[in-house]
Amino acid sequence: MSEVRRFLADARMVAARDLRIEFRSRVVVGQVVPFALLVLVLFGFALDADHHTLRTFASGLFWVAVLLSALLAVHRSAALEQSDGTMDALRMSGLPPAALFIGKATAVFVQLVLLEVVLLGGLLVLYGVQVVDPALLVVAGLLAGVAVAAAGTLYGALASGLGVRETLLPILLLPVLAPVLIGATRAFDDALGAVAVDGWAWTGLLAVAALIATVVGALAHGVLIED
Amino acid sequence: MAGRDERPGNTGSRGSRLLGCVALASLVVLGVLAFFLTGPDVRLHPTTGEEFGQFDAVRMLYLHVPMAVLMYASFMLCAAASVGVLVKRTPWWDVMAHSTAEVGTVLCGLVLVTGSIWGRPVWNTWWEWGDVRLMTTLVLFLLFAGYLALRRTTTDPRRQERKAAVVALVAVLDIPLVNRSVAWWENRTLHQRSTLEELKIQDLTLFTLMFGFLTFGLVVWWLTLQRFRVGWLERAAIDHAVGSAIAERRSETSADELDAAIGVTDEQAGEASP
Amino acid sequence: MADRYRDGVPVVELRGAVALLGTFPALAGVDLTVESGEVVLLRGPNGAGKTTLLRLCAGLVRPESGSVEVLGHDLVRERRSVRRRVALLGHATGLYDDLTVTQNVYFWARAAGLTAVEATGRVTAALLRMGLSERLLGQPVHTLSAGQRRRASLAALVVRRPELWLLDEPHAGLDQSGRDVVDALVGDAVAAGATVLVSSHELERVAGLGPRVVTISGGVVVDDTGRDDGGGHGV
Repeated sequence: MSEVRRFLADARMVAARDLRIEFRSRVVVGQVVPFALLVLVLFGFALDADHHTLRTFASGLFWVAVLLSALLAVHRSAALEQSDGTMDALRMSGLPPAALFIGKATAVFVQLVLLEVVLLGGLLVLYGVQVVDPALLVVAGLLAGVAVAAAGTLYGALASGLGVRETLLPILLLPVLAPVLIGATRAFDDALGAVAVDGWAWTGLLAVAALIATVVGALAHGVLIED
Repeated sequence: MAGRDERPGNTGSRGSRLLGCVALASLVVLGVLAFFLTGPDVRLHPTTGEEFGQFDAVRMLYLHVPMAVLMYASFMLCAAASVGVLVKRTPWWDVMAHSTAEVGTVLCGLVLVTGSIWGRPVWNTWWEWGDVRLMTTLVLFLLFAGYLALRRTTTDPRRQERKAAVVALVAVLDIPLVNRSVAWWENRTLHQRSTLEELKIQDLTLFTLMFGFLTFGLVVWWLTLQRFRVGWLERAAIDHAVGSAIAERRSETSADELDAAIGVTDEQAGEASP
Repeated sequence: MADRYRDGVPVVELRGAVALLGTFPALAGVDLTVESGEVVLLRGPNGAGKTTLLRLCAGLVRPESGSVEVLGHDLVRERRSVRRRVALLGHATGLYDDLTVTQNVYFWARAAGLTAVEATGRVTAALLRMGLSERLLGQPVHTLSAGQRRRASLAALVVRRPELWLLDEPHAGLDQSGRDVVDALVGDAVAAGATVLVSSHELERVAGLGPRVVTISGGVVVDDTGRDDGGGHGV
């Protein structure tokens, strides 16, 4: 029992540290969130669209914007451990790699939720969408956020220290997130009343993806930061 | 299996040359069987008497289906070898994982291409976005393309063999999705539940399909063997280079140089710390 | 701390240790035994393998061949149980730029397994002892000078009360008072029963503590003089 509490305390400490760094540096709030909104606006320009077209594609565009922005957030999260020997210090600290993983993934998750909220505001204002099923929207958004944060943290740790992190991270991470993109888009289609699909079934897929990403990440993190 | 040939730098051996020849010959025979000897898939509708079926397109399946099965086999081998890398840190498993992943990725690409060519007449489209098996196979291809990209980031494979193993094990999680997608999402695929059931199985048709499995089994075996030997020789070359570098480094310490080097260091130490 | 290594077991024992950086053999077969409570000064020309030797003892570099035992544990198989008891001061500081000095040191104290109470008690004391003024403690690390960062980095190690200190050029980038702080720290560590491996150009300063001098070059130990009264290089 005390083992579990120790583990959770370690994870919470890491999450708090990453969020404190974010609070002080404002990289996600100041750069990643505006980038995500910019992507939404660019879609609007590129499709040269009326509200009707945008509403049809809203959920897909939303999740593409989330994934692209998540790449930046994950990149930032991994970069923290690459600055001035902090990864060596972490290895020396004896902090369990799984706790480190859960902590970092939680911090990324919090930032992604913030991102999703702002983007959703963008959808409502810019694309004129209407929320039909708020519960589905929230559950699907949170589960997809967990999956993206966990997979992103895993692959961020994997790509860091290779010297080609910037280019390698997207091609490793985006295919892994493809099922999440599909599931989240379908669930949002339902929640926004755009397409008649069973959003809750797709939310089940998201839950499975979130679970797998978290478990695999926690198990594999030790391998990734030691080698 | 490791290259124990007398001549270094050679990936061939008597056995593998023979295997290669047999595989090549089988490919030719398979081509003749699939494209000339077997008939097209033509069925008559029981009530209207209309002709339907896949016609000549069915010939592509003699290539497509065996390649798909061997692709699964390659990736499963890659997963097993990746587990081996994580459990035991020996180069054999890593070279095996790399070889099977590369062969599997090539097969996966060919499966997508042959499937696309087959789909043009049968589904009336090169590419069907709504088909879950097509999507999941494409994702599988991209996942392993990422794996190979990771492996290409350094010339020293030992540096990231365990990272690569993790990537491979995540990638193979997609295989059950590919395999079961037709059953799980029946309304979202144009793929048949099982191609075998649908076709009217004549003796020659079934034989050709089975012969296809055999042929591609031989081809994949040969390819993997060759690729493994190349990887093994790469490892041997690196080990050799490291071994001679260690010997060289040990011998580079001459007493005079050492005195000179430390003398300089001591003088500089006062004012110029890095 | 729990399981103190058994009496008579060396704190560091390397046998034929080979370590690679990429494919370059930074260490080409090192034999070195350090007993508990010893202060060992490592010296050698640039590129001799001093840094790699220290990182090997910290378990950050994997031995290609040979055996590495630290505090009685095999470093390949049991490095996690060892590392918390070892402090490595490398060229990098291991500090997060956007956190304050106190936040950084507190984080590393907690990460090393200290309770909140222990950590709070030790952090400020360690920082002040490193000669950082109270005014600096609430500043983000990126506003600090290189010397101040190095002092903060040392404080993050001091709070853990390690049994083995691995100091890689600890005087680098420090002014006179900073060097005095490092020397005092080494003295205190030895007095507390810890073992110290230090690579330094500043031979005579650390030699005042009466260390054993180990000279490495070309990735091997070429000289191990036991005691040296400082100044000379005793080859």
